[in-house]
Parts: sequence; structure tokens; C-alpha cells
Amino acid sequence: MTELANKLASYFEFPFVRHAMIVGALTALCSSLLGVTLVLKRFSFIGDGLSRVAFGAIAIAAAMNLTNSYLLALPTTVIGAVLLLRSGGGNATIKGDAALAMISVSAMGVGYLVLNVSSTSSNLAGDVCATLFGSVSILTLTVTDVWLCAVLSALVILVFLLFYHKIFAVTFDEDFAAATGTSAKAYNLLLSAVIAAVIVVAMNLVGALLISALVIFPALSAMRVFKSFKAVTVCSACFSVVCASAGILVSILAGTPVGSTVVAANAAGFCAFGAVGFVLRRN
Amino acid sequence: MPQLTCRNLTLGYEGKTVVSNLSFTVNAGDYLCVVGENGSGKSTLMKALLKLKTPTSGQIQTGGGLTRKEIGYLPQHTAAQKDFPASVREVVRSGCLNRCGLRPFYSKAEKRMAEENMENTGISKLAKRCYRELSGGQQQRALLARALCAAGKIILLDEPVAGLDPAAAAEMYELIAKLNAEAVTVIMISHDIAAAVKYASHILHIGNKSALFFGLTADYLQSEAGRSYGRL
Repeated sequence: MTELANKLASYFEFPFVRHAMIVGALTALCSSLLGVTLVLKRFSFIGDGLSRVAFGAIAIAAAMNLTNSYLLALPTTVIGAVLLLRSGGGNATIKGDAALAMISVSAMGVGYLVLNVSSTSSNLAGDVCATLFGSVSILTLTVTDVWLCAVLSALVILVFLLFYHKIFAVTFDEDFAAATGTSAKAYNLLLSAVIAAVIVVAMNLVGALLISALVIFPALSAMRVFKSFKAVTVCSACFSVVCASAGILVSILAGTPVGSTVVAANAAGFCAFGAVGFVLRRN
Repeated sequence: MPQLTCRNLTLGYEGKTVVSNLSFTVNAGDYLCVVGENGSGKSTLMKALLKLKTPTSGQIQTGGGLTRKEIGYLPQHTAAQKDFPASVREVVRSGCLNRCGLRPFYSKAEKRMAEENMENTGISKLAKRCYRELSGGQQQRALLARALCAAGKIILLDEPVAGLDPAAAAEMYELIAKLNAEAVTVIMISHDIAAAVKYASHILHIGNKSALFFGLTADYLQSEAGRSYGRL
């Protein structure tokens, strides 16, 4: 045990390990906060679709030789989120699920196409794999990346805290909220913008294909056990941070890919909470 | 003073007219009961009054300084899903949200108001319970308490006693009458014609695609629409 602790301590001397832990915990916190709303609004898949949009945008940014791919990925994903959440609203000509599938596959396809045509890198498959599964990128974070992530996370958490009650009302009963003078449309728009920001940040940690896990697992796990909105929100935030940190630690010690280890930790946590919830209901 | 005025209102879904040529006025302090058969467009009318739905034609005017922030609403079914984790207290408090404006948290007065309304609707003991685990009648009371928190000047109720036992229904009517006595305007959809006639000051009877009657309750009892409905 002490050997393990010593090994960990020696790893934490490296700045890239500390950066990975900070970014991992912040990303997990943000995605779990919004995950509760997304799951309850039946928008679980939006995270998945948006991550593909972000993938496409990052590919195009790479092709354009932009130094910071956030600059393109963030606005594109925000626009994607607004369009997707609006089309989920019911009055659109193309229904939500179809629109989602359409946008996400075209973003993936075009993104890979652009990368393939323009890339000068000798290891194209490796680059694409990293963007999709986040396998190495979290351990190669620069100080700028960490700061960017910290600022975006702080913004997301601030928005969530300031509008917590409004988000609850709009999620619980949108009609009532709108009828009694809470601008449901504006809050939906705000939510989609924030969700997009979280997705772009989370791409660093787990990559485009595995983001849904960070959004869905904490909320669903918390809902197995807790029954008020506040308790579910707090629990899913803690769950997410613990799972992400555990996943990163294991991946550092065992040399496994970061993203998939974090997702596996989330899945294991979900099973544990499912069991606890089952026992609680039996009693 | 007219709070709500509807002129030649026509409502429908996707080109299909549900009800046409509705004209009526609701004054501050009125108690209006909307009656009519299933599918006559009562709930559609309520959604239009709440501006959740745009009318096909015609106008809805608000007067007397009524803003959306002074409206309470009890929907027939909430859109909330079966597995939504929310305590009764959280649901009731969300009715106070329209008083908050941009303030992020509820004030002490608003919290107290939520507790009072839970007391009034007899659900204080359920405050910490999960909303989704309550019976239909208990959920209805929780939603009424939420509507009471939101109602500043006017409250709209879509079949408030649906799913309640007779004693609970009578309590609900008394509660609404008490609110009305405190100068809150009430607009209620109901199938319970006996209660409508007993409590309401005005009746709007919607028939097949148009209004059959609008006016004072006393006049309604003498009208053809009222007499025929009364026989049913």
C-alpha cells in the first residue's frame, strides 16, 4: 500500500499529472451538473450528438491551422446545441431524434474527410483516435488548456448556481414556468449554450465518443438513490468527481487509456448505486 | 375593471378549428367557470389565455396592469415525467419563482408563503416526500399549492378536482372560493356543473365549435344551454 502511495506521490511531482487531475475533476463536475437536466428533459443523446459536432469543428480547425481549436469548436457547438434543443421542442419539420442523427453523422463524416484531405501529420489514424477517445490528450495538456478549462468550468458552475431554481422549474414543468412568466425559451437557450461549452471542455478528458458517459452516468446513478432535485444534483456532482479522479489515478498507475478508464469507473459506480437503490426500495 | 378580454377568438390545431368566435370579458375579482363537453376546446382556450398557444384569429387583451408574473396555473396533467426526482417542497416553491425576477434564491417571505400554501392544501406532512411517489390526489394538491404561490391577481385551474375524493374536492372548492374572496380572479375549467353553479359568478359554456352561453351564473340557469346541461 505504501509502495502504491509512494508511486502516486512521485507521479504527482509531474505537472502534467496534476493538470490532468484538475481538468478531469472540473470537467466531471460541470458535465454532471448539466447531466441531471439533460437526462430529465429526455435529452441524453444530445451530448453525444454535440460531441460529434465538436469533433467536426476541431477537425476543421486543425485543417485551417488554427493554434487554438477552442476558438472554432466552441461557437460551432453552441450553434449546434441551440439548433438541436430547439428541434426537440416539437414544432420543427424534422423531429428531434432524426435531426440529431443527421447532424451528428454529417459532422463526423465531414470532420474525418477534412482531416484526411488536409492533414500533414504522419499519424492520422492516431490523431483521429485521440480526438475520438481522448486517449492521450489529457496527459499532454498545456497550462493554457488548464486555465481555459478552469475559466469555462467556473462560468458553467456560476450559471448553474445563479439559475438553479429556474433550471429546476423549466426542467420540471416547462408549460407552468412559461405560463407564470419565467422565460422558458431564454433558459432553454442558456442551457444549450452551457451544455455546448461543457461538451467542448469534456472532449479533452474522454474524447468525442465517450462524453455521453460523463453526462448520463452521474445523474442516473444519483437518481437510483435520491429523490429530491437538490440531493440528486449534489450526489451526481460528487459521484462524477470521484469516478473521474479514480479513473485518472487508475489509468496513470495501470497505464490504461484515460478516457475509457474514466467511463469504466462511471459504469462501475452506476452498478453500485443501482444495487444500493434496489436494496433501499426493498426495505 | 377588465383583466382579460377575448374578441372573436378562434382556436385550433394544425388548421383544424376547435372552437371559434369566442368573445368574453373577465373582470378583476370574477369567478368564471368554463364548462362544456370533452373536446370542446376548454383546455385549448386556457392555453391560449396563458399565451402558451397562439390563437388562429381574434384577440386576447390583458388589462388592469395584469402581467404574467401574477398568474397562477394548475394544469390538468403536468408534463413532468414519472421518474423526476423532486420533493413536494421543491415543486411548491417553484411557484414562487415569478416573484424572484433575476434574484437567484428564494426570499424568506417566499419560503414562508410556500409553507403556508402547503398548510392550506393539507400537504405539509408530505413536504419532504418525493412528488412522483404521491397519489394522484396528493399530486393535485401539491400542484394547487404551487399555483397558489404563483397567483398574484389571477389563477387559472384546469379541472382542479379531477382525481380527488368528494371530501377533498369540497375542500379544494372552499380553498378556491376563499382565494376569490381575497380578490384573486378565478378562471376554472370544470365538469362538475353543480359546483360551477354554486361557486362561480360567471359561466362560459362552450358547445360544439362555438360558445353557447356567456354571462352571469343566475342567467345561465335560466338559459337554454344551462337547462339542457343541468338535465344531463
